[in-house]
Amino acid sequence: MTASANTPLLTINGLDIRFEQTGGVAHALRGIDLSLVTGRTHALVGESGSGKTVTSMAVMGLLETPPARIHSGEIRFGGSDLLSISDAEHRKIRGRQIGMIFQEPGKYLNPAFTIGEQITETLRVHFGMARRSATAKALEFLALVGLGKSQRVLKNYPHELSGGMKQRAMIAMAICCHPALLIADEPTTALDVTLQLQILRLIKELKNRFDMGILFISHDLGVVYQISDHVSVIYAGKIVESADRDRIFSQPLHPYTRLLLLSIPDAAKRGQRLRAIPGGVPDAEHIPSGCSFHPRCPLAESRCSKEIPPTKAYGDGHLAACFFIGKKWIDSSK
Amino acid sequence: MGRLFLTVLLISSIVFLVVRVIPGDPASVIAGIDADPSAITAIRAKLGTDKPISTQYLQWLWSVMRVDFGNSLISGQPVTALILERLPLTLTLAVLGIIISILIAIPLGVLSAVKRWSWWDYLGMIFSQIGMAVPSFWLGIILLLLLSVKLNWFPLFGSGTVRHLVLPALSLGIARAAVLLRLTRASMVEELSKEYVVTARSKGLPERMVNYKHALKNALLPVTTIAGIQLGYMLGGAIIIEQVFSLPGLGRLFLFGIYQRDFPLIQGGVVFVAFIFSFINFSVDILYSLLNPKIRVS
Amino acid sequence: MDRFVQIKSLTKEYYGSGLLQRKKHAVRAVDRVSFSIDRNTVFGLVGESGCGKTSLARSLLYLDPPTGGEVWIDRVLLGDLSVRALRAFRKRMQIVFQDPNSALNPKMRIDDSLAEGLVNMGVPPDERARRIGRLLDRVGIAGSHRRRYPHEFSGGQKQRLVVARALSTSPDFLILDEPVSNLDVSIQAQIINLMLDLKDELALTYLFISHDLNLVAYLSDMIGVMYQGRLVELGSTADIMEQAFHPYTQKLFSSVPGMQSLEPLEGGQDRQNVHKGRPVGGFSGCPYAGNCPESEEAYGSSIPDLIEVEPGHLVACIKTAHRQYGVYPQVTGKDRKE
Repeated sequence: MTASANTPLLTINGLDIRFEQTGGVAHALRGIDLSLVTGRTHALVGESGSGKTVTSMAVMGLLETPPARIHSGEIRFGGSDLLSISDAEHRKIRGRQIGMIFQEPGKYLNPAFTIGEQITETLRVHFGMARRSATAKALEFLALVGLGKSQRVLKNYPHELSGGMKQRAMIAMAICCHPALLIADEPTTALDVTLQLQILRLIKELKNRFDMGILFISHDLGVVYQISDHVSVIYAGKIVESADRDRIFSQPLHPYTRLLLLSIPDAAKRGQRLRAIPGGVPDAEHIPSGCSFHPRCPLAESRCSKEIPPTKAYGDGHLAACFFIGKKWIDSSK
Repeated sequence: MGRLFLTVLLISSIVFLVVRVIPGDPASVIAGIDADPSAITAIRAKLGTDKPISTQYLQWLWSVMRVDFGNSLISGQPVTALILERLPLTLTLAVLGIIISILIAIPLGVLSAVKRWSWWDYLGMIFSQIGMAVPSFWLGIILLLLLSVKLNWFPLFGSGTVRHLVLPALSLGIARAAVLLRLTRASMVEELSKEYVVTARSKGLPERMVNYKHALKNALLPVTTIAGIQLGYMLGGAIIIEQVFSLPGLGRLFLFGIYQRDFPLIQGGVVFVAFIFSFINFSVDILYSLLNPKIRVS
Repeated sequence: MDRFVQIKSLTKEYYGSGLLQRKKHAVRAVDRVSFSIDRNTVFGLVGESGCGKTSLARSLLYLDPPTGGEVWIDRVLLGDLSVRALRAFRKRMQIVFQDPNSALNPKMRIDDSLAEGLVNMGVPPDERARRIGRLLDRVGIAGSHRRRYPHEFSGGQKQRLVVARALSTSPDFLILDEPVSNLDVSIQAQIINLMLDLKDELALTYLFISHDLNLVAYLSDMIGVMYQGRLVELGSTADIMEQAFHPYTQKLFSSVPGMQSLEPLEGGQDRQNVHKGRPVGGFSGCPYAGNCPESEEAYGSSIPDLIEVEPGHLVACIKTAHRQYGVYPQVTGKDRKE
């Protein structure tokens, strides 16, 4: 599937997903908008429980409904709304046009099958390839991800590989069908720092080679800085800010983004206390009314607990949802 | 291999001790209440119980090594030969039993897990509840009544043809399938909740493949081990079932041996069965290491 | 300069199982590590997985006694203490682990959890209750929650409780092994601030272990870099941040997600090094030689020792020593300055 660079690849509009559980209703996504373009990496940044994984699962069609219920919204990909296609059609897209890599390759690879088998089966299911040609193709991709030195990896079981190698194998598995979109859910979180850099470089290289769009999910702002072209920050099921990578790091507009950046330790902040955000991330069943960040926000006024701030544009595609942008500010000093 | 040897050694020693610890003198029991002392002494010499304990023990161990348990007090024939003559029948019964168990438990267990809360699952649950409550010999009697006496489909007793083994194998197999079924279901459910299943789905594999290729392969691992061990229990069950169906297997041999205080036979029998059981467990271990890529010896 | 904690040539070897395996498969998780920590300072220990930092922490506290070397805490040699004396000494040194879920007994109410150490010390019940109240207050947990169970608290709160429990015996020395890695980013800063406040209030000394280099650079006064059981660089944070000498340190710090470009490395890919701890009697040269861009043939045969490259800054690197001193000084028996 060829597309010229910068064509819209994935567009999510007003996605609202709720989970019906015995304790109540968990409002995981409260109407998010996101658009991704070919050849660029869009990072979705959020902490645990923010809804970032639910988003990726919804795009892949892997949410169990029930208990999940798609309340409203659409996910446009390849000319159709992924939420309204049948499961059989979605299955054809999974692995073929959208690939996905996960956080802990040790757990996400099947221990009972060889790496070769796990790659070739995707090729055979989607392209009907014969075993021999599928194996040859698998070898090609293993070489692309840096595992091609010997044919041995094909016959290795996951537990025989190191963490970094497993992650590379998982990447090979995800892109072997030349998908247009790659979803990466915290792929480097479980890896050592030096490996992390190697894997990020690999992903970027592969993105350029295959002209893919990448939805990169992470909670690590450092990693996000390195890999992304565009960043969306998600908090309690809503996107609170979205902008180009450079803009969001140099001029964060939303208090949450700004505070997050201020709270991260680094050598330059030695000797000062960190600007910590009080309180904790709300769980999806008890989302604060109005702006969900208001209980923790130093700028909050009574209005914030009553109305939900609308998302506004602030030039150059920079979107943010807060009443006080341009009016009140969070100083970097305490 | 070393463990196997050690197990047999331990069991032989326990058998030795138990027989010696039982109050009463085997010789006088055999000779009878009114026997005169010389007869008792003669029997003692024959049994070897007149020698000191340590000598007896060493002699015992030696005979275990040679697999020579002496001769039966009743029939006079070598114990080993008697056992070997009847072993095939009992073993066949046990193997048939486990095969039936597996054929029932695994498909039903897998389906229960894949289609949770469907009527397959309820069927499985009911079956396993009943199966756990019902002893195999009771089932045997019921089947006998229904299918032999009433319907005359199967012979009542005797041996020699496969038809004679069907009902006993069914009683054994059905009654014990419950354990395997619950394990299969639990194992399958656990595997289906693992992360690699998400990956398999994310690759666009058909659900059928996700369940019956990816999850099943991992789920069967613990099931195989337990099935192997169940084979050992089938052996014990077979011995009981043989009574219900009047089959001339080890069961009859041992039972009569016990009634008649045929010590050499009893001793030999226990060690033999223990050895077979240990051997089965040992083979299961090997099978497991072959199946599990993680601990395969390279 | 008051060396509150001093480690000399600390070594921890793990042996394989079985009689025949013992000598062949010994793994040296910690290999002759020496450093000292001044009172009321933070020593940051960095390294990637398998470098031995957790083994070092456990050996230091004698949770898993070291197989060689000495541990001095407040001028007391731990190896000399009897079992009973060691147990009594333990209350002066505590450890906070990464996962609060496994650190707190889910079946115990938290005031019982916190009381354990005090009970062992023979503190009477009403004094215990008072101290627990003060501890909870200090870590920012409402006293009214003391009868609750761990699962009723959030991740950040649980970690605070773990800290409270560590403080219950009024220790002087705290080892923090990845204390915030499992927590959400927005909570991490809270816990870090708490640790710093406590350090100031209670004059605590910290050994801080982490893979998060930014955090270590922020918190620590001194940094030690470990690679495969050996300490390869040691110095003040300021010195190391200004100039890291060991190639591994350089690689580590340049890998930190931050402001560097993601274009491909020139010179091909790094070789993967998977060994965790060197086999005893095996590898006899510099442990990093296999991956080091600066390595030369000779480096495979001599083990570099820590050499001072500037006051208080030590590096175990043959090439650096060559550059600094023109010649590589002989190793064994040398008196090392720290």
